[in-house]
Amino acid sequence: MALRFDENDMKALEKIRERYPNNTACTLPFLHYAQDRFGYVSDDVIKLVAETLNLPVAHVLNVATFYTMFNKKPVGKYHLQVCTNISCSLLGARRLVDKLEEILGIKPGETTDDGMFTITEVECLGSCGTAPVIQVNETYFENLDEKKVEDLIESLRKGELDV
Amino acid sequence: MSEIVLFKHLIDPEVRNIENYIKLGGYEGLKKALSMNPDEIIEEVKRSNLRGRGGAGFPTGLKWSFMPKGEGQKYFVCNADEGEPGTFKDRYIMSENPHQLVEGMVIGGYAIGASVGYIYIRGEFEFVAKTVQKAIDEAYNQGFLGKNILDSGFDFDLYIHLGAGAYICGEETGLINSLEGKTGKPRLKPPFPAQYGVFGKPTTVNNVETIACVPDIIRRGADWFLTIGPDKNNGTKIFAVSGHVNNPGVFELPMGTPLREIIYEHAGGIIGGKKLKAVIPGGSSAPVLGPEHLDIPMDFDSLKKVGSMLGSGAIVVMSEDTCIVEAFTRLARFYAHESCGQCTPCREGTPWMYKIMKRIEDGNGKKGDVDLLLDICKNIMGRTICPLGDAAVLCIKGAIERFRDEFEYHIEHKKCMVDNKIPIF
Repeated sequence: MALRFDENDMKALEKIRERYPNNTACTLPFLHYAQDRFGYVSDDVIKLVAETLNLPVAHVLNVATFYTMFNKKPVGKYHLQVCTNISCSLLGARRLVDKLEEILGIKPGETTDDGMFTITEVECLGSCGTAPVIQVNETYFENLDEKKVEDLIESLRKGELDV
Repeated sequence: MSEIVLFKHLIDPEVRNIENYIKLGGYEGLKKALSMNPDEIIEEVKRSNLRGRGGAGFPTGLKWSFMPKGEGQKYFVCNADEGEPGTFKDRYIMSENPHQLVEGMVIGGYAIGASVGYIYIRGEFEFVAKTVQKAIDEAYNQGFLGKNILDSGFDFDLYIHLGAGAYICGEETGLINSLEGKTGKPRLKPPFPAQYGVFGKPTTVNNVETIACVPDIIRRGADWFLTIGPDKNNGTKIFAVSGHVNNPGVFELPMGTPLREIIYEHAGGIIGGKKLKAVIPGGSSAPVLGPEHLDIPMDFDSLKKVGSMLGSGAIVVMSEDTCIVEAFTRLARFYAHESCGQCTPCREGTPWMYKIMKRIEDGNGKKGDVDLLLDICKNIMGRTICPLGDAAVLCIKGAIERFRDEFEYHIEHKKCMVDNKIPIF
């Protein structure tokens, strides 16, 4: 079924459009909006954004595949993005990844069968002074260790955290 | 207590609210600026010796003076893409003292003749962007943004643009392309952004910390700014310290503060009282230094003299328990991942360097691998459109030159010379 933006979406998108002198400049903000709205950037989302902006599908596809934050396949309800760059790694980010693999039974790049969790190793999140860090959806969890990771997963499973 | 220019939340924790910011002299700089003519502002910023805090250290006033005079659409863009590994300073200016940036944007916009500004914030910092947006909304309500600001006849609109996860967009022309809704591949220069920038119009791009210095320079005068820090390196600098220290964090200190004082006093020294082995002084692209450099003043010119750079002022500390080969192999992977793929030497060279370093790290290194790495470095350096390739070279070559024995040990003994390390891979 073809996706569509409803009236409320269009209002929000028109407000975004006002910030820029042309449609092309809206590509990133519209993709962000669509990813929030539809969960991930599927081929249908790319077509929808292209149609809405009256831009070639190839342009939107090119942009969507260049940037790492646009998920081209579905991710779990909780997207666990573990920074493994230098400052986090110096303080044990690898052990956090190992711990997550152990608890969830998946590797980075994979999603649990129940669709709850996806693990991704990411580059520097700009949280080096509070390393190691995991970004869950849009929220940073900082100064982590293995025990705190266990607690974090437990809380997420119980739906106790708004991320 | 040293002078506070940027981290005013240390004076008033609620300074992110506009009323609190105004109580500390906020928007006085803007009022004064609007009573001056734009060229006078540029002259004052030039005289202050303010240099770009994003990494390059280019004189800000001079950069502003490159903008063409006269009518026509121009843009003022803030680079808040903060992605250089080890760097986490702009984040705190934006989340704790956002009006400092907003005020700087309006003053800068007036000085260069721009009527629209964009703050390009990395996508992961959406939570930070919300705080900045609130500050922008407050500034509109108080008449510091929008039409006819403070009855001066000057119009300036300010918008946030979120990135989407690409280190390369921290390069100013990559950022411009990304702001235009394209892939963030850097452009050949010339033309420079001041001639042909965002949407084909004259544009100035400055880092958050740079722009945040401007309100106080205008309000208190260049002469005051010149009293802080060494000659030609004036002002305060936010040093972001991470890695093996007891008290990691951000510290606003006078430019030229000795590295030793930053690591051992402000950041609390090395975890477990261990020995310092290596320190990256300015984000991952700055060549690594050793304990013999601890007395160096942390400023642009002093670091250049020892073959490194101040970069973003991000200090990554590594204790004696660090395997240099492993740590820098991780950084090699970063550059390989972030190369935009546009220029052959960088696209092919960065993954190749990672592959060689990973095999050395894994104990499968071959005799001659170190020289091969240096040869690849030679063939990337200076042969690409943007400095990402150069950055990868500075990082990796710096590590090899200082710690060549560790690389050779790995190759010869097929193992690491460091015990008890925290594994990175």
